[in-house]
Amino acid sequence: MADDLKEQKPAGKGVALIDGVLKEVKNLKDKALDDVQSLKKPQKTQLFKSIFRVTHDEKPRNRALGILSNVFLHLHPAKINRDAVAYNYTWGMGGITFYLFIVLTFTGVLLMFYYHPTKVQAFRDILYLEHDVPFGKLLRNMHRWAAHLMIITVWLHMFRVFLTGSYKKPREFNWMVGVILMLLTMLLSFTGYLLPDDQLGFWAVTVGTNMARATPLLGHEGPLGPELGMTAFNDVRFALLGGSIVDSNALLRAYIWHCIAIPLIAGIFMAVHFWRVRKDGGISGPAPVMLESEIKKPRRF
Amino acid sequence: MDWVQLWEITTLPDNVPIVLLILVIPFYTWYGLRQAFANDRLIDRLEADPEMAKTHHRKTQPWKPGWAREVQVWPYLLRMEFLVAIIVTFILMVWSITLDAPLEEPANPSLTMNPAKAPWYFLGLQEMLVYFDPWMAGVVLPTLILVGLMVIPYMDTNPLGNGYYTYKQRKFAIWAFFFGFIVLWLSMVVIGTFIRGPGWIWFWPGQTWDHNKLIFEANRDLPDMFGITSMLGKSLFGGAVVGLFALVTALGVHKLFTWNAFNRKIYNRMSLIQYVLLQFFLVTMMLLPAKMVARLIFRIKYVWVTPWFNI
Repeated sequence: MADDLKEQKPAGKGVALIDGVLKEVKNLKDKALDDVQSLKKPQKTQLFKSIFRVTHDEKPRNRALGILSNVFLHLHPAKINRDAVAYNYTWGMGGITFYLFIVLTFTGVLLMFYYHPTKVQAFRDILYLEHDVPFGKLLRNMHRWAAHLMIITVWLHMFRVFLTGSYKKPREFNWMVGVILMLLTMLLSFTGYLLPDDQLGFWAVTVGTNMARATPLLGHEGPLGPELGMTAFNDVRFALLGGSIVDSNALLRAYIWHCIAIPLIAGIFMAVHFWRVRKDGGISGPAPVMLESEIKKPRRF
Repeated sequence: MDWVQLWEITTLPDNVPIVLLILVIPFYTWYGLRQAFANDRLIDRLEADPEMAKTHHRKTQPWKPGWAREVQVWPYLLRMEFLVAIIVTFILMVWSITLDAPLEEPANPSLTMNPAKAPWYFLGLQEMLVYFDPWMAGVVLPTLILVGLMVIPYMDTNPLGNGYYTYKQRKFAIWAFFFGFIVLWLSMVVIGTFIRGPGWIWFWPGQTWDHNKLIFEANRDLPDMFGITSMLGKSLFGGAVVGLFALVTALGVHKLFTWNAFNRKIYNRMSLIQYVLLQFFLVTMMLLPAKMVARLIFRIKYVWVTPWFNI
């Protein structure tokens, strides 16, 4: 650019300046056009490439890479049994359960902004949510119904896994993890029941934890409990409630179990559950049927 | 018939999930069994025709030579997942807009709710309290349910039916699971929700919940019916009855488990530990219907009375 200006000096300073500016303008225009052109191909931009690494072309390789190079999708294999994508085999219940867990985490975190786990505040917070917080009622309803729905989908998931014999070799261990996850789901729902601090939750939790009095060995009304020195102030029920009655400590404990401890534990078990689904060979079927005549002899030690 | 009462129970917001459950469980039972029977017909054909068994792709789903056995997750699976997520969100939205979560009066320890019910998914346990003492119904049996579920894969030595629906190849397993899950667990939840009223008294559907109703049940212990009065006598007698029950049930289970040649083949594959575990869990499971009959029909509270525990 600078060399061009020098050569054209004889034509006069003013003309050269104008020529230079025009050139510069044309140059800028070309660059702008280039930018506009690149908008038509966003996949070629540095921004897109840095985020997605692979282009979104309809090529098998790119489709596979799209799954494998995405942290959220990489739990999936790149390819799957052609009959497994139909609804009728899996009923989608495991996936729906996980999705409901995400919905519950999302609505739950939002509810936490408005909730104090104290005897003075808890019930008023629910009233405040229902009557003053924008969409507060919707938020609470959604959390409640998603929780109930999740229990149903967990049971149906277990029902399907049983009917398809998917717990059989090599998935025995993952079935155990699943049973624990079902227990955790029900405990999550149960601990959440107390939090509104209303009559419904209070008496449900009273009834539920009263059973813990009768724990053999560890409850003060259970078989052999008193013989081991259990009283209402040191037994397993006391540990659950943080006291001998359902009161402020019980509310705080339910809150911490519900919002922090059980979700963390469930998260760990979920990670194992999903990981093992992949490591045990992906979802179990629909597998080709086996005939009675093809049973192999069991291995004896 | 008091339809208002029935309507009140059914439309209680927290009971709506049970109504949903009553609808979806039969649907999915039918949906699963339909595929099981379709596979069973295919198995019959393959067993009748060994040549066909060598070449057939062995699924009820269509398949032609040359078709890929696997498809790409993107888009074939992901679009389904995305669609399902949208549908579930939509259902939840509609449900949450139309039906409010229940909120009773503030917790009040001096005002007992009657009936004081656990959340519906625990009503099976609460209903079990009628038949067993809390240490059994609330602690031992739930633990055994969970442990029993967990050891299923290790007790089931039948290698068939792995990864496809079938009834024919897994009759015993499927009947056992249906009995435990639907007949015992789900029906207990339904009884706890719809039948049990104030005072945990049995009200038939359509019967008015009478809060002043009192039933002076003349519940008896089995040893008393035989005129046994000493504690030692009761302990020994009850132990003998429970032992006899376990023996008879175990024999019945054994009879069912070795019903036909195929079942005997599976039985022969089991180790002693596996078989003893299976018997233990099934006999324990049968304690519940036995106690239900004893309590509801014969008004027997305890069968086995000892100074430390009662069953």
